[in-house]
Amino acid sequence: MRRVALLAVLALLAVPAAAAAQECPKTTLGDIEDEVMCPVCGTPLGLASEAPQAQRERAYIERLIARCKSKDEVKQALVAEFGNSVLALPGDQGDDDLGDALVYVIPALGLVLAAGGIAFAVVRWRRRGGGPGGRGAASLAGADGSRLDDDMERYDL
Amino acid sequence: MRRALSPVPIAVICILLGLIALLAYGLASNEPDRGVEEALGRGETEAAPDLELPKLGGGGNGSLADYRGQVVVLNFWASWCKPCRAESPLLERWHQRISARDATVLGVDMLDITEDAQDFIDEYGLSYPMLKDKDGHGIETFGVVQYPETFVIDRDGRITAVRRGPVDEEFMRTEVGPLL
Repeated sequence: MRRVALLAVLALLAVPAAAAAQECPKTTLGDIEDEVMCPVCGTPLGLASEAPQAQRERAYIERLIARCKSKDEVKQALVAEFGNSVLALPGDQGDDDLGDALVYVIPALGLVLAAGGIAFAVVRWRRRGGGPGGRGAASLAGADGSRLDDDMERYDL
Repeated sequence: MRRALSPVPIAVICILLGLIALLAYGLASNEPDRGVEEALGRGETEAAPDLELPKLGGGGNGSLADYRGQVVVLNFWASWCKPCRAESPLLERWHQRISARDATVLGVDMLDITEDAQDFIDEYGLSYPMLKDKDGHGIETFGVVQYPETFVIDRDGRITAVRRGPVDEEFMRTEVGPLL
């Protein structure tokens, strides 16, 4: 009977602890460190492994996670410490929608233009006979052929 | 006979030229501002730029203008900076020594976490006023290129000495002492 009562008391004590653990938002250092900057290193925190400032910033993030802060709350705390420039992702800063969109649009446009330019240049080059089997290759084969004929004639083969 | 040049070498050359241009730009833009040292080398002094930053630990903003008419030893530091640990006790001793003579050490905590900075201040018992440069505005204004750095500003608000790196007793005696 005593054992049952003890178990009941332990179960009652465990319920609030479990509830608190469920309420605590789950995030990890790894989830955050590639979305924020190391302000001194000028790189995303995930890439700044050895810098002392980066190590302090990681320790701070881990302290905030241990205090049950969510990912957004951790980012807000970092903004309070370092300003908006600590946010690595375009759009996170929320102050320049056009600029944030251009960050994605311009590189994509650049890639498309570069690929188009290279494709155009390759097609033009092939049409001019620059490729294997083109005019250059044919004339080379012709020159080789006549040299071979001359050699065979000279050595009477 | 005109030979058509392959587009692949052209693309490689363009990419290489682009990379070289980027490297040159990066090197040029990271060149430290040595204007203060150059002026001091010519025997001239430059006016200290205006600097207004939040006070470390809250309580509004603080500014260099608040110390007009005083000698200011403006020290840029951070809790993660190892050489800053070596110079902090010396700066505190000098602050105690000069504060009665219308002079002060003014600390600027750069790109740092406030909790860590506060622990550092408690650990070294620093009593001089502190500002917080959270986003590098002060670093840019004064052209700070390494940690720590100290600027000595006279009573007319002109920079009379700069130390890139930790200060020592000799620097304080020769650069700060005569201004008091």
